[in-house]
Amino acid sequence: MSKLNLQFVAILTWAAAALALASSSPASAAGAACLPFGSIQVTATDVPTLRRGAQLYFNYCASCHSLQYMRYGRLAEDLQLSEEDLMNNLVFTGARAGDFVTSSMPKGGRGNLPGSQEWFGVTPPDLSLVARSRGVNWIYNYLNAYYPDPSRAIGWNNLTFPNSAMPNPLWELQGIQEHVVKPQSGDIKADAAQVDCSPNAFKKVSDGSRSAQQYDKDTRDITSFLEYVGEPAILKREAYGVWVLLYLSLLTMLLWLLKNEYWKDIH
Amino acid sequence: MARPTASSAPGILGWLDQRIPVVDFWNTHVGQYYAPKNFNLWYYFGSLSLLMLVNQIVTGIFLTMHYSPTEEGAFASVEYIMRDVPFGWIIRYMHAAGASFFFIVVYLHMFRALMYGSYKKPRELIWVLGVMIFLALMAEAFLGYVLPWGQMSFWGAQVIVSLFGAVPYIGQDLVQLIQGDYLPSGATISRFFALHVIAMPLAILLLIVLHLAALHEVGSNNPDGIDIKAKKDSSGKPLDGIPFHPYYTVKDLFGAGVFLCIFAFVVFFQPTFGGLFLEHDNFIEANPLVTPALIKPVWYFTPYYAMLRAVPDKLFGVIVMGGATLILFLLPWLDRSPVRSIRYRGFWSKVLLFTFTASFLILGYLGSQAGTETNTLISRICTVIYFGFFVALPFVSAWDPPKPEPDRVIMHE
Amino acid sequence: MAENAPDLGRRRFLTATCAVVGGVGGVFAAVPFFSSFLPSAKAVSAGVPTTVDISKLAEGAQLIEVWRKRPVWIIKRSSESLAALSTLEPRLKDADSLIEDQQPEYCKNPTRSIKPSILVLVGSCTHLGCSPKYYPEMTAEDWDSDWKGGFYCPCHSSKFDMAGRVYNGSPAPTNLVVPIHRYVDDNTIVIGEEQEAA
Repeated sequence: MSKLNLQFVAILTWAAAALALASSSPASAAGAACLPFGSIQVTATDVPTLRRGAQLYFNYCASCHSLQYMRYGRLAEDLQLSEEDLMNNLVFTGARAGDFVTSSMPKGGRGNLPGSQEWFGVTPPDLSLVARSRGVNWIYNYLNAYYPDPSRAIGWNNLTFPNSAMPNPLWELQGIQEHVVKPQSGDIKADAAQVDCSPNAFKKVSDGSRSAQQYDKDTRDITSFLEYVGEPAILKREAYGVWVLLYLSLLTMLLWLLKNEYWKDIH
Repeated sequence: MARPTASSAPGILGWLDQRIPVVDFWNTHVGQYYAPKNFNLWYYFGSLSLLMLVNQIVTGIFLTMHYSPTEEGAFASVEYIMRDVPFGWIIRYMHAAGASFFFIVVYLHMFRALMYGSYKKPRELIWVLGVMIFLALMAEAFLGYVLPWGQMSFWGAQVIVSLFGAVPYIGQDLVQLIQGDYLPSGATISRFFALHVIAMPLAILLLIVLHLAALHEVGSNNPDGIDIKAKKDSSGKPLDGIPFHPYYTVKDLFGAGVFLCIFAFVVFFQPTFGGLFLEHDNFIEANPLVTPALIKPVWYFTPYYAMLRAVPDKLFGVIVMGGATLILFLLPWLDRSPVRSIRYRGFWSKVLLFTFTASFLILGYLGSQAGTETNTLISRICTVIYFGFFVALPFVSAWDPPKPEPDRVIMHE
Repeated sequence: MAENAPDLGRRRFLTATCAVVGGVGGVFAAVPFFSSFLPSAKAVSAGVPTTVDISKLAEGAQLIEVWRKRPVWIIKRSSESLAALSTLEPRLKDADSLIEDQQPEYCKNPTRSIKPSILVLVGSCTHLGCSPKYYPEMTAEDWDSDWKGGFYCPCHSSKFDMAGRVYNGSPAPTNLVVPIHRYVDDNTIVIGEEQEAA
């Protein structure tokens, strides 16, 4: 191998390292959020998971959070639901199959009747693309990181999304967990550094309707569902990819044989 | 009245050839265009660049059929393409990944020229045209990135257009002229759309035609850097040359096959490439009131962005960043080595090229990270090294004793 | 360096194989691009069925609804118009609605409808797509001294009777289209959904 091929290999190695570094952060790198429960693997291609996630989403989230780029009809098709199942279990707004998933909460704001802008100070954001912007790790952690906080008007706070205007939507399922705070020394910097970003930061004080394992599964299902909503094509993308790569490998091998055959002439 | 010129080709080909010189064109540029027989791995990237150009144009045409170049509709139209348009997601991923792959290929193509001295006489014009293509590609990529109108699109546009504000006296007026408004808005989208879809592609196509014409006029360089036309056989063909067709058509087809395997893997299994090809923040619609915590350009601009950030003064930073690209034009005249290829240059020339490359790569990494004190310090050092390459080159290349070049090319693989 | 004579047969075989395999790939690669031309989910969803309330429809009146972005007429016919339909047969191109594409099976009858009194038609002339005007009165008109009610298209003078059947001499080749529709109850029609088999 000539020296230059070594150089090429060195550059490729560097590139691979840079890539590995970059892909280790699946969401916005800036100001890394506290993820007490670590990272997870989602199965956004498993239809039963998506169905459970969809049911939870539409029962607990959809009244405030729209999925403005998702059509009901597409949901029915991808989750293999009949139109009847769709209308009975997911559609609570009188929408038709071709419509987008909108929330019925009034938005409020300038020029409109009072709505979420006035009640919460912010309109609940649309969640169509939250899995692509914040990432599945963030969503999963967020759903698991709520604790009661008497110092706040809404009574809740969240370790992953501190001081947001959103109360815990799933507390009836999860139960209540207190945030274990280490004794405060009064030094703001030292106290901040003390924030424990692990499951040990929480202590369960009352049970919800779901056991800890069940609740964990629920939040994974919702996360998987949101990953699917962010990119419905994910159901088919990798399957297509396998065929495409098989074909291209075959073609490349044939072209390799062809190239070698002609290059026998050259010395 | 002119009579059709006689043609030796039969049938329809002959009919055509009498009216437009297809046979001669084929012979001159393909069938009997003699290229050196010792092309190695580094010589695939020219044809791969052409492949990516075709990819961008074809996928771009189909995206244009569904995209809405308006402030209200742009972001939603991209989601429409991803969800509602049949197979729209494949076309979008191919275009986005294609842009990044285009830059990978072009950077490697340029690096080949640096290694083998392909910019040296008589190929200075090929190099100059190539640098112009590179600049046009950077403009094209920037314009295209604004179109999805996500947070990075908006804030990236805000940052880059405001660089023009650094121009003394007319700066602010220039910024408003470019964006067509007091801040990037619908006016900016529609004009960037027209430039991205029509104006820049036409310019790029023209430049590529000229680049290839200039290349064919003097013939290709090779990894040994020696002139194959110096040794010809009795019929006037270079001893170390082989006709482009069938040897390099067949070899480039194979190269394209390997490349497409990698490209397809990314498109179908890692289309966002960990946020490098499609950034996370760009899945949030543009919001002029909220700036993302970390603004950075797409990876292929990060080396230059790092240089811009390293300089504490706005105008001077722009000059340094611009200068870093423009200085490439001077390369043929800065290099005073009697040999072309790095294979036959001295040790110090190799050190120089290595440190230059390393500094560029390090700058690229730093440009994608937050501007901490350490990062800024290293960026400054690397910027100095980067420019140091061009400053040192005339001296090192003239002084560093080369190794003897071979008479004939050396086949390695 | 002895050169073996090139094996032309092998070269031709490999070239042909690569060309064929590559060609097949090219066709498959073209599929997504051409498919992107198909109506998108947005277009398809705009074509969902329309529900119409006809409880207030007076005799002789015409309701204009939209379905798949086309006008759909719902007309309550008088008994005189209905009676006149059978007399018009010699003057019509397709009196018995023999051309299948123009109406669903359950409307292949003399009145071209499910209920005799209610006519449902797509208001688009089968010539070049203009929307014909409604002339229900059985009086002499410029184009017909013995007009028995129906539709007249202003673009190129095609004429249709009160069942949407096209008159001889019209540039339009076929009867006006009856869209698929069904009755939820006596006062509600859903355009775009099939009548259940009786």
